[in-house]
Amino acid sequence: MNEIGLTHILVISTSLFFIGVYGFLTRRNMITMLMAIELILNSVNINFVAFNKYLYADKLDGLFFTVFIIAIAAAEAALAIAIIINLYRNYKSIDINDADSMKY
Amino acid sequence: MAVKARKIFRAAVFLLFSLIGIAGLYFYLNYEFLGAVQIVVYVGGIVVLIIFSIFLTAESGSDMKKPAIGRALASGLATAFACALTLWLIKGQSFQSNMNETIEPSVRNIGRQMLSTTEHGYILPFEVVSILLLAAMIGCIVIAIKPKA
Repeated sequence: MNEIGLTHILVISTSLFFIGVYGFLTRRNMITMLMAIELILNSVNINFVAFNKYLYADKLDGLFFTVFIIAIAAAEAALAIAIIINLYRNYKSIDINDADSMKY
Repeated sequence: MAVKARKIFRAAVFLLFSLIGIAGLYFYLNYEFLGAVQIVVYVGGIVVLIIFSIFLTAESGSDMKKPAIGRALASGLATAFACALTLWLIKGQSFQSNMNETIEPSVRNIGRQMLSTTEHGYILPFEVVSILLLAAMIGCIVIAIKPKA
């Protein structure tokens, strides 16, 4: 336990991933669900970086995947927030149970 | 705590600190470029965007509803068991490192490989991501345009 290895970082990212999943399942508020998705994406990034660092130190592929995931997450967050603000304008609420006009 | 806090603004601040912690993890692993990108994009961009949208939807002070106890219990149990299973699998796994020479993850090497068109170059995903960002920007503008009354 005296040296931090791959397993410890994988434990961190696993915990972060499942905290994000728990938040995604329990929250009924769109912005907080978006925050949970950010947590999940970040845990995936940690996994990529840790595997790149400890197992395949002769390549940089994990790092590139992480950079592209960060860019896509930024685009996704911006789009989701635009949609949420538009929904709030129409429904005066950001609870997902109120936005059900396309459900039936 | 980012998923448990009742006040939405506090949840955003907790999210901010966990993202900074992840950036610290990148710095610890000697990926300075990635830590810097993490801080700039997440802390400087996404969290600020989330906080602004919280203010725009004017729910910063109010408490959110507690999740229904059945739903909270079920999802807590499900995630706890899945987490335990994954941790058990990780614990039983012995990872073999391949002992080739290491590439320094410096900005120089990153830029070289990202823009090279040879076999291990990443120029195509780079361009695709730039198109994606443009599309996302146009999409945001289209969504945010007020419809003419």
